[in-house]
Amino acid sequence: MSEAVGLEKAKVVIREDECKGCNLCIEACPEDVLFEQKHLNRMGYHPAGYVGEGCSGCGYCFYQCPEPGAITVYKKGYVGEEVA
Amino acid sequence: MAEKVLTKAASFYDVYERKSGAHDVTHYCPGCGHGVLHKLIAEAIDDFGIRDQTIFISPVGCSVFAYYYFRVGNIQVAHGRAPAVATGIKRTHPESIVISYQGDGDLAAIGGNNILQAANRGEKITVFFINNAIYGMTGGQMAPTTLIGQRTTTTPRGRTVANEGFPLKMCELISTLESPIYVERVALTDPKNTSKVRRAVRKALRNQIENKGFSFVEVLSACPSGWKMTSVQAKQWMVDNLLPQFPLAVFKDVSKEIEPSERSKVVFSTENVNELLNIPSEENIRTDIPKPLTEHQNPRIILAGFGGQGILMLGLGLAQAGMQAGYHVSWIPSYGPEMRGGTANCHVILSEERIGSPTVSRPTVLVAMNLPSLEKFESQVEPGGLIIYDTSLINQSPKRKDVNVLGIPATEMADNLGNTRIANMIVLGAYIAYTGIMPKDVVVDALPIFIKHKKLIPLNVQAIEKGMAFVDKNNGHA
Ligand SMILES: Cc1ncc(C[n+]2csc(CCOP(=O)(O)OP(=O)(O)O)c2C)c(N)n1
Ligand code: SF4
Ligand code: SF4
Ligand code: SF4
Repeated sequence: MSEAVGLEKAKVVIREDECKGCNLCIEACPEDVLFEQKHLNRMGYHPAGYVGEGCSGCGYCFYQCPEPGAITVYKKGYVGEEVA
Repeated sequence: MAEKVLTKAASFYDVYERKSGAHDVTHYCPGCGHGVLHKLIAEAIDDFGIRDQTIFISPVGCSVFAYYYFRVGNIQVAHGRAPAVATGIKRTHPESIVISYQGDGDLAAIGGNNILQAANRGEKITVFFINNAIYGMTGGQMAPTTLIGQRTTTTPRGRTVANEGFPLKMCELISTLESPIYVERVALTDPKNTSKVRRAVRKALRNQIENKGFSFVEVLSACPSGWKMTSVQAKQWMVDNLLPQFPLAVFKDVSKEIEPSERSKVVFSTENVNELLNIPSEENIRTDIPKPLTEHQNPRIILAGFGGQGILMLGLGLAQAGMQAGYHVSWIPSYGPEMRGGTANCHVILSEERIGSPTVSRPTVLVAMNLPSLEKFESQVEPGGLIIYDTSLINQSPKRKDVNVLGIPATEMADNLGNTRIANMIVLGAYIAYTGIMPKDVVVDALPIFIKHKKLIPLNVQAIEKGMAFVDKNNGHA
């Protein structure tokens, strides 16, 4: 999905299949909006999830996450393509 | 990178095709610091627009497969040797951005000398040193950086000073050298420290982009698997244990004061190498030399005697002349423990085919210039081969009956010419005359290349002629 106008609110997207369940993003999030999900992903890890709101776009989770593609953070006002 | 989004850097491959298993995730364990440092490096490569110039050298260790991920030039090298390979690449491709990426086993143990020498030479490379205080890949053995008291598979009761010494502090060591321009230790712990890692990565790369000098960034990094804890515990363990022993600091930074400068580019062209090694150019290589008899073709030669008899020089002369005569040649001195006893030997091969190994274990020709050499090598000569020995110094003849033997009083003949040291050239003359492997003029043409004192050349020519005449008189052409 792409949007014509900038994002009104920051948000985080976690690709569950790339998440290794290390929880480092959850620990680092100052807004406490990430959590460990109950289900297992294809690799057998409990992937991190976003509660759906409250992300400030600080990027802490992105820079704590060891997986290159697991986390994408969109800051407020972002315009452009978004990852699936 | 587009603004207002933090996502997978373009300097990573979209799909990790070289990797087996899942092509969209790395091979690293959950919570491993390698992945984070990879992200920071890839982001910087994107932001500086240096993807096409960057050559990433991966080590042996968990990051051995970094080339699965980085969409740049990649080379994976032998354990600990990344700084040496980086040196070669940077000097031959000064316009490239060369990253040496190494773990603490790789850099501080097996490659300890490599990194110190590269740092001391001030190679214009960027080194990222992942210190996780353990050998990760091989299952958690002690590294030089392992903490006192830390349990590993090889220090099951904990590292002790008495047994294993203190943790090696590479930043502290390297910052004592004069050449490095930037040395910093950072840590992948909390977001604050991680942003310092990000800054250090960028600074170390910028120094290279600006052609400044050797930059070294040590990154303390979690290895939850090796430390046998969860990723979250591992972060806390770093804060509680690693940071106190490995203080975070800029140990050296003169990058502001340093003027950019270029090293002269090393060009490995065939012409340059030929010139350095005195390899004759194609047109000077003789093609008109008749083959010797089958038994003398493609000789594998051991030449042996006292140090001071000019054995190595004799071998060199033979190889040099052989090259001019159109052979593939090799010459390799053998420095065994026997060097201490004052003996010297070398191996020479002249071959119509390319030479695989330069060492000779079954010689077809033995030149023995003293008794210990004859005794040592006689049994190794191939049946049907040739033994040439100096009868002035060896008062017993070879025992072998299945080889040809040529005894020549080379040292006495040399003494008659006024210089016993010329015995080696007398033997050379005898060898070419006996075997017909090449004519005199080829050897004489080669003399100026391996004899440094030009005024000695006439004496050498005379010696070669004496050796040839001896054979002609006593043996006739074989
Ligand atoms: C010449 C050689 N010696 C030993 C090994 C075995 N070996 C593979 S990885 C490794 C240690 C790697 O540790 P480190 O550099 O700390 O990297 P990490 O795996 O922790 O990232 C060793 C000893 C090898 N591959 N090659
Ligand atoms: S960007 Fe910041 S606030 Fe948003 S989820 Fe990540 S850590 Fe939390
Ligand atoms: S840091 Fe990355 S891998 Fe770890 S739980 Fe969060 S999204 Fe998953
Ligand atoms: S063993 Fe340690 S260094 Fe290696 S991938 Fe796993 S966590 Fe990383």
